[in-house]
Order: sequence, then structure tokens, then C-alpha cells
Amino acid sequence: MSTNEPAGPQNSADEVPLLEIRDLEVSFQSHSGLVPAVRGVSLTVYPGQTVAIVGESGSGKSTTAHAIINLLPGTGKVTGGQILFEGQDLAEAPEREFVALRGQKIGLVPQDPMSNLNPVWKVGFQIEEALEANGIEKGKAAKARAAELLEEAGLADAEDRLGQYPHEFSGGMRQRALIAIGLSARPQLLIADEPTSALDVTVQRQILDHLDGLTNELGTAVLLITHDLGLAAERAEHLIVMSKGRVVEAGPALEILQRPRHPYTRKLVAAAPSLASQRRSSSLARADIREHALEVVGEAEQHGEIGVEFGKATDDVVVATGLTKVFKIRHGLRKSTDFTAVDDVSFAVRRGTTTAIVGESGSGKSTVAQMVLGLLAPTSGNVVFDGKDVATLDRRETLAFRRRVQPIFQNPYGTLDPMYSIFRTVEEPLRTHKVGTKAEREARVRDLLDKVALPASVMRRFPNELSGGQRQRVAIARALALQPEMVVCDEAVSALDVLVQDQILTLLNDLQAELGLTYLFITHDLAVVRQIADDVLVMSTGAIVEKATTDEVFTSPKEEYTRKLLDAIPGGSIRLGA
Amino acid sequence: MSEKVENESPRTGDRKTRQAHFVAPEEVAAPGETDAVHIDQPPTSMWSDAWRDLRKRPLFLVATVIIVVVIAVAGFPGLFTGTDPRFCDLAFSMQGPSAGHWFGFDKQGCDIYSRTIYGARASVLVGVGVTSIVLVVGVVFGAVAGFYGGWADSLLSRIADIFFGIPLILAAIVLMQLFADRTVWTLIVVLALFGWPQMARIARGAVISAKNNDYVMASRALGVSNVRTLVRHVLPNSLAPIIVIATISLGIYIVAEATLSFLGIGLPSTEISWGGDISTAQVTLRQGSPILFYPATALAITVLGFIMMGDALRDALDPKARKR
Repeated sequence: MSTNEPAGPQNSADEVPLLEIRDLEVSFQSHSGLVPAVRGVSLTVYPGQTVAIVGESGSGKSTTAHAIINLLPGTGKVTGGQILFEGQDLAEAPEREFVALRGQKIGLVPQDPMSNLNPVWKVGFQIEEALEANGIEKGKAAKARAAELLEEAGLADAEDRLGQYPHEFSGGMRQRALIAIGLSARPQLLIADEPTSALDVTVQRQILDHLDGLTNELGTAVLLITHDLGLAAERAEHLIVMSKGRVVEAGPALEILQRPRHPYTRKLVAAAPSLASQRRSSSLARADIREHALEVVGEAEQHGEIGVEFGKATDDVVVATGLTKVFKIRHGLRKSTDFTAVDDVSFAVRRGTTTAIVGESGSGKSTVAQMVLGLLAPTSGNVVFDGKDVATLDRRETLAFRRRVQPIFQNPYGTLDPMYSIFRTVEEPLRTHKVGTKAEREARVRDLLDKVALPASVMRRFPNELSGGQRQRVAIARALALQPEMVVCDEAVSALDVLVQDQILTLLNDLQAELGLTYLFITHDLAVVRQIADDVLVMSTGAIVEKATTDEVFTSPKEEYTRKLLDAIPGGSIRLGA
Repeated sequence: MSEKVENESPRTGDRKTRQAHFVAPEEVAAPGETDAVHIDQPPTSMWSDAWRDLRKRPLFLVATVIIVVVIAVAGFPGLFTGTDPRFCDLAFSMQGPSAGHWFGFDKQGCDIYSRTIYGARASVLVGVGVTSIVLVVGVVFGAVAGFYGGWADSLLSRIADIFFGIPLILAAIVLMQLFADRTVWTLIVVLALFGWPQMARIARGAVISAKNNDYVMASRALGVSNVRTLVRHVLPNSLAPIIVIATISLGIYIVAEATLSFLGIGLPSTEISWGGDISTAQVTLRQGSPILFYPATALAITVLGFIMMGDALRDALDPKARKR
């Protein structure tokens, strides 16, 4: 308990809170009246303290943060409660006071570094603008100060960087520039709204470490908004868990993690991928699943369901050898440069297992997935599926191949055709491959929806009526319609909230056992890998860095890069009490 | 608030009480079933959503009334007037409104009300005819260019650009002169010839934005052929902007017809059209006669109706306005 208290003189008994929110209510105006978004939220931030608000999307965590600086989007309005900043109530304050307050006393690091810097102005100008707006420095002095701030935010060659435009910066560099802007006026409170959600894990770690150091040094209090329980627990002393606009549980970070008391928090902690440490099925069960998978395919062969297009089903469903993809980037008419997205990648996927390909953005993992799916032709090397090279298939064989390998994509909002009802969506594969009569197809769709735990009543619905997780379940049903042997999941759970993600992973795991499926799982999240994969390929800049079983990767990683990735899992070092 | 604050540790200071471990009552955020399906509204597709939205828009209702009336007038002018628009008697020249002749007579002594009613047909025919051709040609060109990309896109887009660079009216003036005996159909073909590139551009853009969706990739991964993917998934999802532009440009083609007829190189003077009537009426304008006012107003209201309809559709079909 005492380890969570920050050291220093502020820790006295009569200390005054920097920010105190009491029974805050925020509502949005809609056609049908006021819709409450934040309901009776109370929280306290002391000077120099880091407090994190954790919640799923729609929990009201960002709305609470934006209410503090009166930057609520659209029709949002504070409808009750108090926001006391240094004892002054902001809920009633006029806009003029907020202008003075923002930047000056309360800094903001926004969520998306890609859209929060103005692309037409140089980065230096945008930092100087913050300095001038808050009346700190002007002209030449501002320029010098901007360079100092950028350097402080951890960018090398800060002076040269000032003259660059945002598009010349990587995501991590942009976020550092935004941190420099947020801290430019030395505010007492910094609101960091999902500051690293759009960044790769290793960059996330660097940036958060740096932010921690900086705010500690300056004595800035931080209000961290995040969806990641592990990250919150690692970075904050005090946690506020929100759901549906209410505070569910609040308390010291470690205590909440180790002894959550509210059932919702308990569920959240149990589902947090970064905190879970085990494969979902025991190794014994895994062996059974493999055996079952071989039986399933053996039976299918006996019944002639697999057809003549492919040879005998092999133990390795997919074998990729020397897979390389080079994209030509054209500059003008004749000139072009080669960009090697995937470089000499070889691997085999054993039947009935899950192989994960892990890597950061730009590692080429999705390109590998597209080549395995036969949607992209490799520049050299080949993918062999059940003994046949995917690139050499003729029309009929391609159709047969499509039945046996199906994808599930990342974005639940783009994966379903908005003009198709759920029934038509799930029926489409059956219709395309002319499976069964109309009545048989309808029965099959019902059966598939049942498998992914959706009621048959959703058949007449359209995708826009379903949540992200539900859409992803429909996408799984569509992928399973043709009884494939292998499913390629390209970041299939990355866009989902923790609890829903947990639910989908459980579903995928159960379906694997039931149907003897083989998964190729593409993800950036090592924490998810640990829960679902048997074998892991770690990729970086197009090449395989490490190839091993999941246990080996997590207990004794051989490569420096893998170790770096493992260390970057937020909250990975936190031990959960019994 | 009725929530209880549990205070575990002994009170050592302000901070402890204010930041003690707080647990909300269980009713708050009772976990229940994760991501349960709650569907209590009737099923909605994009089109039924748009329809429900449209029904409540005054803009849409007014536009619908105008369009229905104009089409009825164009289709069955006999229902609206018993007077022959071609029966002209110089004895009535320039006479003001009277019973049975509400708008009065023009210089030739023809009934203005009757001529205004009969003039609707040429306008509607040209508007609908040109828009239909433009839709077919523009959507096919645009969809093929957008969906296949590469050299097909470059070639088709450049062809469209060449036509796009020539102003519609200017091209029509030049081209219409080549035809000695002009009919409604010559006018339709000439206007369509220079009208399709705009539709092709819109269709191409809509197709490009639709084809990058994962459901298109999923469809290919199912083994659906390219053409079928285009027709089944990409085109239906590109229709909204195409319909909006088609409605608005229908009004614009009606204006083009009137302009050409006014200039004397549109429909022959034997055909009754608003543009032609405006042209013949302009000589009387200086005498303070309101003759010109009638066909001009009819034309303005008709065009307004289609443009308002386009605006209403644009608002209703806007993907940003729809719930996800």
C-alpha cells in the first residue's frame, strides 16, 4: 500500500487536492432529449499524482476528461456536479476562464497523433504557437524554447526537427511533439487521453517511460485515460474504473488489480490480456484437439468431401517456403524503387494448432497473411496447401482452395457489407459454392449463428444494428460456413474492447476444439498470443526474427527484439495476488 | 449519491478519505452477459433508414409534391387543360387573363396556360432521357475505372477528362447546329454525350472508396469472381452519391434544354417548350407584359424540385449521419 504513495512533502495530512470532481453529470443533446454520458462521477487528483481512468469504449472516460477543460464534443454539456480545480468550480466558469486555463494550467496530450498536428504548419511553429498563446515566450526566444521542449520530450536533433512538417515524423515522434506542446506551459495537470493507443508497443513503452520521468521531474499531476488495465496499473497510483458513465470501483492501483471487489472489475481483470498468463487450453487438451483435427480431415477425405482437387491432407496444413514480396514504388514514368515488404519467410502450420505471427506495424505480417490466403501473389517463394502450390491452382482448384481457407479481418465495421442482411452475409459463401437447397442453407445459417452464440433473430438484421463484437461473430460465422480447415485471423480481435475480445478469443478457442480448425493468427499483441497460440513467429521489417513454441518465446526468448517486445507488454511485470 | 464509501485504512489524512478504496453497489454495471444482443427496434436497412429519415423532412415532401405534379402534367397534359395549345387566334393577341384562360394570351393569341402545361413534356423528357443515358454510361465507365484501376483507369479517366473540359452548353451549341431537323432525341443524345463524364467521376470515386473495405476482400476470399463482387458488393455501396448527383443533374439538363431552345438551336419551334416560349415572349417584356413570367416560373419550380430532392437525398444518405 505504502509503495503506491509518492514520496515528497505533498503527502501531508492537510493537503489540498489539485482537481476534485464531485458527482459530475454530463449529457448529450439528441433528437429524443438529453442522453446522459457521465453519471455522478467523483474523483480526486492531488498535486504530482498520476491517476488513471480505465474503461471500455462508451464508458464515459474521455467525456469526463474533456469536461474538465470544457472541450466536450458536439452537443455535450455539464448538467450537474462540480469540477474543482485549485478550489475554483469550473462547471460554472465562463469560456474566457477556460481559455486562460487550458495549456497554462491544464495541458492535454490528445489521442491520435496522426490527426492532432496540423499538416500544413511546421512542427516548430506549432510548439511556438502554444508558447505564444500562453504568453510564455515570443519570437526568437520562443524558437529556442521550442527546441528545448522538443529535446526534453526525447527527440534527438531537436533544432533540425523544428523545421520539419508532421508528415516527416513517425507516429511516436508526433506523439513526442504533442507531449512537448502539452507540457510547454508547465501545467500543474496533464490530461493524457489514450496517448499511446495508436502506437506500437515498443514505442508506447518508450513514450510512457519518458512521460513518467518528465512529469515526475516537473511535479506535474497526470490524469491518464486508457482502456488498458495493465497499462493503467503500471503507470498510475490511483485507479478509477468506469463503466456506462459511472464509477464502478476506485482505489490504489495494485489493490484493485490484486483484490478487485466489484464483480465488473473482477471480470475486467480476468479478461485483461496483458495480465493473463496462460494458454486457454491445457497441453493435454491441445493434444486432443490435434488428434481431433486429424480425425475430422480423415473423415472428410473418406466421404469424398475434400474433392479431387487436392492431394492427401497433410499434417502440415500450410508450408511456406522462402516467401518474398517486393512492391514497386513508382516515382514518375520510368523510375521506381523496390520495397521489400516480406523477405524470405518460411514456416509450417501444423494441423489443429494455432500459429501466431507477431510484429509491429510495417513488419509485413499482414502481407504474409494475404499471400497465404492466395489474395496476393508472392514475388518469389511459395505457399503449399495440402501438398499443392497455391500460386499454380487453376480456376476449379482455386474455388476448392477458397472453401478450405477462410479469413477473418480486423475492422468489425468494414468486414460486413452494410447492404446485406446478416442472413445474406452468412449465406453468401454457401450460395457462391452452390451448397444445398434454399431450405438447407437457411438451416445451416441458423446453425452457424448458434455456434457463434447469436440468436436466429439477428438473421433479418443489418450490420449497423450490431455492436463491433457481434459483427465480428457474424464474420466468424461467415468464415466457418464452408467448413474450412484453416482460418486466417488478421488482427481479428484488435479493435475490440477487453471483455468482448476475451469472449471472441474463448469462442475461437472452443470452435477450434469442436471443429478441428487450424488458425493462422496475425497480431501485434503478444499478450493475446500467449492465450491462444501454440507456435509463434516474430516478424520485424519483413523478416522472421524468431520462430519457436509459445512457451519458449515467453520463458526463454532468444532474440533481443523478442525480449524488447515482451518487456513492452504493459503491466506484464505486475504480479496478480492469488 | 447513495453509494457507500468503504474506508479500510485508519484515517491518516485528507487524502486517505478522499481516495479510499471505493466500490459501487453491485447494481451499477452488473456484468451480465458480455455483448448480449439487444434488438428491440424493427429491422432497418440503409434504404429503410433513409426513408424513415426522409419522410420527416419538409424539403423532401415539398420536392416530392413538385416532382409528382410535374410528371403528371408532362404525362397527361389533357387532364389539366382542355384548350389546344396550338390553337392561336390573333384576335386574342396579348389579351389579359379571363375565365377559362387564366394566364391570358401571348402575342400570337395562343392560350398561355395551355402552352405552359404542354411545355412540361419536353423538359421532363429531356431531363429523364439525358439522366438515364448518363447514368448507364457514366456508372459503367466510372465503376470499371475505379474497380480495376491501373491502365484501364488511366485510359477511361483521360477520355472522361477530355469531354469534361468542354462546357456542356458550348458543346451542345456547336453540335446541335449540325442537325437540320432536330427532335427531342437529338437533344438528349447531344446533352448525354457531354454529360456523362461528371457521373463517371462520381461513380469512380464512390467505387474506389467502397472497394477498399474488408467485405470486398472477404468476398474475393470466398471465391466470388471480380465482376460479381463489383456488381453485388461494390456498386450497391456506391449508389448513394450517384443517386444524389443524378437527381441534381436532372434539373441541370432541363435548364440546358431550355437554354438551347431559347437560343433557337434546341427543339424546333414547332415543339412546345418552356425555353422556346421564353424566347418568343422576350420581345413583349419591354411592354411590361407578364407573358414571359409563366413559362419561366414553371421552369424554375421544376428545376428547384429536382435540386431540392437531390439535397434531401444527400442529407438522408450521408453515411456520417447514420448510426454505426
